[in-house]
Amino acid sequence: MYDVLIIGCGVVGAAVAREFSKYNISLAVLEAQNDVAMGQTKANSAIIHAGYDPETGTKMAKLNVFGNELTAKLCKKLNVSFKRIGSLVVAFDEYDQMHVNNLFSRGSANGIKDLEIWSREKCLKEEPALSNKVKCALYAPSAGIINPWEYALALAQTAVKNGADIYFDSFVTSIKKEQEYFKVSVLNGSSYYAKYIINAAGVHSDEIASMVSDNAVKIVPTKGEYYLLDKSQGTLVNHIIFQCPTEKGKGVLVAPTIHGNLIVGPNAEYTKNKNDTSTSASGLDYVAKMALKSVPDINFKDNIRNFSGVRANTLDEDFIIGESNTVKGFFNLAGIKSPGLTAAAAIAKEIVQICSQSGVVLERKDNFINERKVVSLKSLTADEKNKLISSDPKFGRVICRCETVTEGEIIAALSGVLPAHTVDGVKRRTNAGMGRCQGGFCSSRIVEIISSQLGIDPCEVLQDAQGSVILTKRTKSGDTV
Amino acid sequence: MRHYQLAIIGAGPAGLAAAVKAYENGVKKILVIERDKILGGILNQCIHNGFGLHRFKQELTGPEYADRYIKMLNETSAEIQTDTMVLNITKERILSVISPLRGFENIKADAVILAMGCRERTRGAIRIPGSRPSGIFTAGTAQRYINIDGYMVGRRAVILGSGDIGLIMARRMTLEGAKVLACIEVMPYSSGLNRNIVQCLNDFDIPLYLSHTVIDIKGANRLEKVIAAKVDENRRPIKGTEMEFDCDTLLLSIGLIPENELTRACGIQIDFRTNGAYVYENMQTSCEGIFACGNVVHVHDLVDYVSEESEKAGEAAAKYILGDKTLNNKTIEIDAQGAVTYTVPQRMRCENIDKNLKVFFRVNKSIDKAKIIVSDYQKDIASFKKQYVVPGEMQNIILAKNQIENIRGDYITIRAEEIISE
Amino acid sequence: MICICCPKGCHLVYDEKSGNVSGNSCAMGARYAAAEAVDPKRVVTSTVRINSSTAVMLPVKTNFAIPKHMVMKAVELLNDIEVQPPVFIGDVVYKNILGTGADFVCTKTVNE
Repeated sequence: MYDVLIIGCGVVGAAVAREFSKYNISLAVLEAQNDVAMGQTKANSAIIHAGYDPETGTKMAKLNVFGNELTAKLCKKLNVSFKRIGSLVVAFDEYDQMHVNNLFSRGSANGIKDLEIWSREKCLKEEPALSNKVKCALYAPSAGIINPWEYALALAQTAVKNGADIYFDSFVTSIKKEQEYFKVSVLNGSSYYAKYIINAAGVHSDEIASMVSDNAVKIVPTKGEYYLLDKSQGTLVNHIIFQCPTEKGKGVLVAPTIHGNLIVGPNAEYTKNKNDTSTSASGLDYVAKMALKSVPDINFKDNIRNFSGVRANTLDEDFIIGESNTVKGFFNLAGIKSPGLTAAAAIAKEIVQICSQSGVVLERKDNFINERKVVSLKSLTADEKNKLISSDPKFGRVICRCETVTEGEIIAALSGVLPAHTVDGVKRRTNAGMGRCQGGFCSSRIVEIISSQLGIDPCEVLQDAQGSVILTKRTKSGDTV
Repeated sequence: MRHYQLAIIGAGPAGLAAAVKAYENGVKKILVIERDKILGGILNQCIHNGFGLHRFKQELTGPEYADRYIKMLNETSAEIQTDTMVLNITKERILSVISPLRGFENIKADAVILAMGCRERTRGAIRIPGSRPSGIFTAGTAQRYINIDGYMVGRRAVILGSGDIGLIMARRMTLEGAKVLACIEVMPYSSGLNRNIVQCLNDFDIPLYLSHTVIDIKGANRLEKVIAAKVDENRRPIKGTEMEFDCDTLLLSIGLIPENELTRACGIQIDFRTNGAYVYENMQTSCEGIFACGNVVHVHDLVDYVSEESEKAGEAAAKYILGDKTLNNKTIEIDAQGAVTYTVPQRMRCENIDKNLKVFFRVNKSIDKAKIIVSDYQKDIASFKKQYVVPGEMQNIILAKNQIENIRGDYITIRAEEIISE
Repeated sequence: MICICCPKGCHLVYDEKSGNVSGNSCAMGARYAAAEAVDPKRVVTSTVRINSSTAVMLPVKTNFAIPKHMVMKAVELLNDIEVQPPVFIGDVVYKNILGTGADFVCTKTVNE
């Protein structure tokens, strides 16, 4: 029996788990997939927003602005890559200018203190790659870029270090209220019992809510498609470049990523299938066309990957946060679309407070562990590198040459708290395979390392989700098609 | 800091040939740096035959071709450091390298030869839409899994791109028991050699769809389906021509890109047409004392030419190291025009050319009975007849010293024309 | 008929009655055309397992071209073989493939 059971281990579920792990309660997280951050958290713009977009007075506005501040602190504590590079909302005509002015007022009302309106000259001076059609822009210095899956992983790892249990491959099939507790059944046959349930199931949060006859949540899954360009394009812009919304959508952003690439996207297309993260020629065409309006010199020939994510949009503008109206002890964190990544840490604080008001007894731990060490050879000095390599020569063997990731770092990612066990799991933890060759050189070596470290057959090593096998059989084993 | 006369980055066919030649020309303190644990580079996984007809007048497999050069290298005094990655090079020719055995260190060299080879273009480069399941490999990655690691990458495969690696892999997959459903090529012609179409596709009744491309990929976890369609002359898919292939594997053979991240970071001038460094007649880059050869300069079809070009670089580096610094003579640019898309070298200094200069180039269209014309201003200074030129095959011409020593301008042009017969 | 003897890939024409070959640019091409018309043959390359600390697979080839229709069968012969190092380029791995007289020989030296 757990005190609190969280469903979903994206950035929101992980942040909530970490927040609860500060207290003396028993805590578990159920994740349908085989790793953390497998939904929206792994396929988004990777932006920590300043908070001028949400309407003043909404939960979203409050949690965005507060979340921005919390995220910066957490990333520092937990060693997560985050950079406050600032954002620009660029205006190209009078209508846009009006919008930029509105955002300035709204942002100020939301509590952002350091917003500025930049003139055309200032824009072009600070951001020479901008289209010369720019009229002015809203500058928000607190906006930043982050490694979202590293962030979610760090939050989940902290929760685990402080006693939380995380169960992967645990697709929830039913939730039953039995007197004072819930019984949660999972596709693999296991059942879990808990006094309180937190629904942090992202695009599936409506399905989870409806399991306890709470039909207040209705997700409108919305797909967003992206380009990720080579590092040669990564220095094209210095800020996150947003466009003003038009009748066709919110506009496409162009930004450097925390890894030094350039990200371009997204569009927004309603999709029936919540699991459909495919890209389309028309979607990608649209994104490219829109992006070139802001930054005309993007070289799409240097594209290294396209991806798309499905966002948990709702008809309601605001986040849905709080105890279910129908079932006591069941709490929804639903419709956490953009700026959900930014708000996650603040949402976690908010829900813990709500739970405490609803009767969850929370008593602070004395020994809360709130740190995380990461070994990254690239970031060490020459002497530190040599010290590390002499202690373990595997840190001297570069496996991923595009991103300079060593065998030592990969092995570290395959052990410890919430270790990787797939090729993409290694990629999310070390960056190996996310560079320009997209794993062309290193994937076979990483399969080999995973196979030997985890003691599994190479044919069992997965690319990513369940079922994504890479190799089908040994050669010369005799059997044919 | 360790100090060498010559540091060579990469011990594939280019690095091996350059090292051997530099040694033969008097350089004794050579360091060959290789990332892999063994020498030979990509040749190790190219287990098929067809290498060495020019160089050794014999048909060898990749490992056999590599072995010949490894043996030659072992006869020299060159030091070989495998399992070592070069992280950075400076214009002062200081290399930052890292290895399990020696850790992180800086190495100084009087001259450097870049021989890092190339990498494969990936799905992102041609922006294939659809889902992102496992089962999509570049052909070279699949080749490594099958030939080096001994594992199959799938049961039913479609191959996109009819470059030689794709064709070779069609046969290789078939021989290992997989069913290859189709080879799909966006251009109206194959970019692979004719012989490979015959012995890799035709021999196994694998259909080749020219002017077709992959327009969608289906499958949530492992690849389930590939949708292909015919394309128009602008390479846009034509509605109504879609074909569906039930397959668990898609191999991409869609081109190679010289691997020049070290080169770029060093500030060496890159030719955007080849994605390799601009080189002089002696394979020196825009940076004095740094030379480049092989697929890092431009992608070759034949390893024999890689060896030849690399020997030139090895010889030139030796000359440079041993004090022949008369290299800063008047530079003449070689300007590719019309159907000629680029040349290597891109520039030359006639005084440095002993007898003649071999100029490699590619064309962007097929011409039967072609004439390659070299001009200095309006004046044609040389012309060469070719039975045919095709985009898939690298071409070359040999300019004799006497044809180029009296060039008046600061550039010459090379163009290809069709010979119109009466 | 396209010649496969070298990367040039000449278009050959073989006249069955006279046995004359045209379109070739060398003697190899002429021999190839005649053979291809009557009894097409191929050199086969593949791999076998090797019990080594440095490699998993050992590349091999047939030392002569074998009849094209035997290619798939020939490759199957390699399924049951595991080679012990040291082996040197040219060492025979499988003798007399399907009675053709050709052998599978290794194309890489593996010392240990």
